[in-house]
Amino acid sequence: MTTPRPVTPPESTRSSWLSDAAVERLREAAGTPDLTATRYRLIRRVGRGGMGSVYLADDTHLDRPVALKVLDLDDPRGLLAERLLREARILARLEHPGIVPVHEAGRLADGRVFYAMKYVEGERLDHRVARDPDLPSRLRLFRRVCEAVAFAHDRGILHRDLKPQNVMVGTFGEVWVMDWGVAKVLRDVDRPPDRGGAGTAAWGATDTDHGTVLGTRGYMAPEQERGDLSAVGPRSDVYSLGAMLRFLLGDDPPRPLLAICAKAMAAEPAERYAGALDLAREVSRHLDGLRVEAYPEGVLDKARRLYERHKVAVWLIAAYLVVRGALLAFLGR
Amino acid sequence: MVAARSEDPAERRRGLEILVAAYWKPVYKLIRARWNRSTEDARDLTQEFFARVIEKDFLAGFDPGKGRLRTFLRTCVDAMAKNDVRDAMRLKRGGGAQVLSLDFETAEGELALAGIPAPEDRADEFFEKEWVRSVFALALARLRAECEAKGKAANFRVFERYDVEDEEPRPTYAALASEFGIAATDVTNYLAWARREFRRVALDTLRDMTASEEEFRREARDLFGLDARAG
Repeated sequence: MTTPRPVTPPESTRSSWLSDAAVERLREAAGTPDLTATRYRLIRRVGRGGMGSVYLADDTHLDRPVALKVLDLDDPRGLLAERLLREARILARLEHPGIVPVHEAGRLADGRVFYAMKYVEGERLDHRVARDPDLPSRLRLFRRVCEAVAFAHDRGILHRDLKPQNVMVGTFGEVWVMDWGVAKVLRDVDRPPDRGGAGTAAWGATDTDHGTVLGTRGYMAPEQERGDLSAVGPRSDVYSLGAMLRFLLGDDPPRPLLAICAKAMAAEPAERYAGALDLAREVSRHLDGLRVEAYPEGVLDKARRLYERHKVAVWLIAAYLVVRGALLAFLGR
Repeated sequence: MVAARSEDPAERRRGLEILVAAYWKPVYKLIRARWNRSTEDARDLTQEFFARVIEKDFLAGFDPGKGRLRTFLRTCVDAMAKNDVRDAMRLKRGGGAQVLSLDFETAEGELALAGIPAPEDRADEFFEKEWVRSVFALALARLRAECEAKGKAANFRVFERYDVEDEEPRPTYAALASEFGIAATDVTNYLAWARREFRRVALDTLRDMTASEEEFRREARDLFGLDARAG
């Protein structure tokens, strides 16, 4: 079958027809944020999230690159705009090396809500892991993630969507926890944190999206997946961190690390680590060759761990004993 | 879409007009390209298709929760073209009856300019591309009318010269300023204003064609290519 031949176009068609190039220009014109009357000059789009796009822009006042997160489309009730601004406000209260600082938030000339933040140069944690097989270095990155999350918990904020795709790693091993779009404010930042009880009971939720399932399957705690927001607390983020740790471990990891994951991902929140720092400490203990609390050691496990921890000393003593034995045997002849 | 399914006859007519305006060219071009039909067959099938949309409770079968209207319409066009109901329908209607006044000459001319893709090429991509072209053309026509009514014809002309017309190399702001007898800063302002208005009008057009907020958002992302252009 041959493709039917079109007739020659009339002149009127030529003048009104939109070429593919014109369609692309119009897409750019309509889709690109209008930065008129701002200090920013658009460079390119670098990513897309659930409700907005992220653009690399030049801050012409300070002559530095920034990332602009811009809402693609608002909804009739303005809920998405409010959510984006809320994310900016949450970031603004989380001043920590592991959390991207926000510079300003506002509305563009085209009505779209945006916020400007530090432009992070690096790669996603899952991409980093794919090319870095060294387990201790992965664990050290994970520890920094835990520290940033623990800081947020201390400031009364849950992330609720922790996963390797939401963590960026810089060239020098810096770690940033990204995408706080579904974060939950548990209590007013001015109220002192209840350090004695980091469990869910001590945290009063301040948002109202009860029953809404937010997060990513596979990384979400069971209570979060059920939409039971009254049960969602810091230990729900601990669950997600446990799932992230499991991802970082790859195939055939050491059993103590698997035990840490299992405890962090326990079905019952009360059986998990009380906080992200407790989880980080367990990982540190493993890195330092100390006993991991989540893993009941047998004699062989303990011997293996002690051997790993004191490997050099063990070999030096062994070498000494062998040489000494040989000398004694030689002299006693 | 809400309007096209409305119980109110006037609202329903308005909704159907928008629907037909946005989709008739993609439908015609799909029949020509994918189903390899002659111009006469494609005209009859296009007329028949929209006759069904208008006369029957055709859109009642569409559930926005399950998919896009665009996919629904394309599937229906494919089914109709495949079953080749043209002859039976044409006989029923008295042979090649014109239900709608559609400018097939123009559509055919546009096909000649774009080139007819091979039938085996991805039909969904082709249909979407033509749909975007059609919605943008509608939005441009609306914007032009609005600008003329508001005394902003010059803003539209600058926008048209810079973003719509295919002139290579692209005109500079200085050249446009000279052409329209305005300052270069005015060109920047005219363009920024017209682009904002074009976005608004395109979204308004889209809202008229969608049945739910969720569908509207999905379609807007497709229209502006937001899911495909990151990086």
